[in-house]
Amino acid sequence: MPRVLLIEDDPSIREGVGLGLRRRGHEVSAAETGEDGLALMASFRPELVLLDLMLPGINGVQVCRRIRETSQVPIIMLTARGDDFDIVVGLEAGADDYIVKPARTEVIEARVKAVLRRLSTPAGSRPEVEFHGELAIDRAGLTVAKRGERVPLAPSEIKLLLHLSASPEHVFSRQQLLEYVWDHSYHADARLVDACVRRLRTKIENPAGSPRYIQTVRGFGYRFGPL
Amino acid sequence: MRRIAPLGLRTRLIAAFLLVAAISAATSAALTYREARTAILKQSQDTAVSSMRDLVGRLSLPLPPRPDELKSACADLARSSQPHSWMVYAEYAGNTVSSAESPNSTVITDELRAEARTRPNGAVQRVRKGKEVYLTFAMPATFKHNDRTQSSGLVFYGVMPLATEQTTVQAMVVAARDGALPALGIAVIPALLAARSVLKPVRRLRHAALSLGRGKLDTRIEVKGSDELADLARTFNETASALEGSVEELRQAEARARRFAADVSHELRTPLAGMLAVTEVLDEEAVHLDSDTAAALRLITAETGKLAALVEDLMEISRFDARAAELHADEVDVAEFVRKTLERRHWQDRVATELPAGLRARLDPRRFDVVLANLVGNALRHGGADVHVSAAEEQRPDGARLVVRVADSGPGIDPEVLPHIFDRFYKADAARTRSAGSGLGLAITLENVRLHGGGVRAANRDGGGALFTVEMPLEAAV
Repeated sequence: MPRVLLIEDDPSIREGVGLGLRRRGHEVSAAETGEDGLALMASFRPELVLLDLMLPGINGVQVCRRIRETSQVPIIMLTARGDDFDIVVGLEAGADDYIVKPARTEVIEARVKAVLRRLSTPAGSRPEVEFHGELAIDRAGLTVAKRGERVPLAPSEIKLLLHLSASPEHVFSRQQLLEYVWDHSYHADARLVDACVRRLRTKIENPAGSPRYIQTVRGFGYRFGPL
Repeated sequence: MRRIAPLGLRTRLIAAFLLVAAISAATSAALTYREARTAILKQSQDTAVSSMRDLVGRLSLPLPPRPDELKSACADLARSSQPHSWMVYAEYAGNTVSSAESPNSTVITDELRAEARTRPNGAVQRVRKGKEVYLTFAMPATFKHNDRTQSSGLVFYGVMPLATEQTTVQAMVVAARDGALPALGIAVIPALLAARSVLKPVRRLRHAALSLGRGKLDTRIEVKGSDELADLARTFNETASALEGSVEELRQAEARARRFAADVSHELRTPLAGMLAVTEVLDEEAVHLDSDTAAALRLITAETGKLAALVEDLMEISRFDARAAELHADEVDVAEFVRKTLERRHWQDRVATELPAGLRARLDPRRFDVVLANLVGNALRHGGADVHVSAAEEQRPDGARLVVRVADSGPGIDPEVLPHIFDRFYKADAARTRSAGSGLGLAITLENVRLHGGGVRAANRDGGGALFTVEMPLEAAV
């Protein structure tokens, strides 16, 4: 079972969530502050980070940015509903998903599993590496290269790209993407999708000019191409 | 009884001014007329009487006089008459002669004659005959005997028409009238100015009061001068300040109460988050414990869940109260949306739907899901089976609307409850103090729909059962 790094300043949540996840077989390491959490990144080498947004010292959003500088480990933010601004900033900083506190362990575990889940590859007739314009997408190796250079992508970003590029020119609504890519309900927060698209675009699109790979279809959603 | 329509302040002021002007013009004209008329008449009269006295005093007649001598004396007197020509009549021992054609005058009264006998200096009387006014005066002729003045029995009478004086007086009346009319006309101007000086502050006060009534509590009037209207304006300003102050106090108290509710919910949330994370552990262990301990554990975990839901609802309400609720709108297919809401809660087999294909709306998915779930859940809980959900686009004067109706076939809503159905913590049935919901479900539903710029109505259907109608813009403005 995956190693989870829990960064949470409130002792009851830290203990409760840690207890719940450990019972479900996760290896949990808990940190009280952002500094402690960042220190554990190297030694504990987590496969997933549960990150409280409201932290003393360096806050959750800054921790998220620091982690993303070196790692594409999945990050799930712990937040309170109503902290809308922080959610947006956290998503822009590279978080893959968020959980609204208070949450039952089953909810937290479902989110953890969803983020860690690999997308099922469509029936095997496809080549292992697909080329779309300057992009090379390796579905088996879950890597993406642009003009031969590897592009580091967070789990939600690569899943979104794989999902969209599997059906080029097909329009997906935000709700559909929330269901397929994030395993969320149909009625979840569409800002997850929008933030992920923005992050993906800064990594794979050319800065000048309008988006080529991930295109917005106004009033409906997103599609891959046409190139 | 018919009441006379009340006149405006302006009309009344002008009428009062005109009345005052008219009275003063009439009074001064009347007084002037009287004084001038008396002065004019008296002057004519004095001139006539004194010249007659001089003339009579200079006469020398033998006594008793011969009628021809007397007649020529009359003619002499008439020739020297002043200020206008008189006719002179003389009476002596019952005989009369005159300077005129007829020896007897028709205007000399017996009253004058009687007075003439008693007054040696002469008597005067004004007599009106037809339209003409005459001055009649009598002058008895006297002689001195042993240094004593004695009446000779001979009396001269003068009759002078006052036509000239009458014309002069008439001209004065005309002049007074002609002067009064423009004065009245001019009086309208200060009347208007006075009305303006009163009405302008009154109008300002009226506008300010209206503005205050519309909730603009910072409305104040510029205070000009120190009259009663300025006092009124000052009083208005003081009242408005006091009102603004107390409303501000109320507002602050309300804000404090709301902040308190938000803070309390926030503080409750952190321990709840820890508790909720471990409820599963307790539930799993409960099977190994004796029944009492297990029941106690299950009670705690179940209530922890409800408490967490209640706190979430309270937080949600606090955000609406603080106007901090945000709308994250997205384009959705309404039919798919409603179906997904029902599927998520496994209600799809218990609810009949009527959803047009291809109907798209712009709304906040999470919030609209809450709206639908609350209404359908409510219908399933209280209305029993046969819950029906329909969605449609309907045109209204202010644009296209998304109308969603949730109907059930239950007992309906008590008419006494109906006005309070969206109130917070309002329980339809006093005996059922706790229901499945937090008591905030419909209040949150209403707030969520309002956030979309719409409204929710609750009603009872003709055929029985309750009907909730959500109506909101097809495109929610963000």
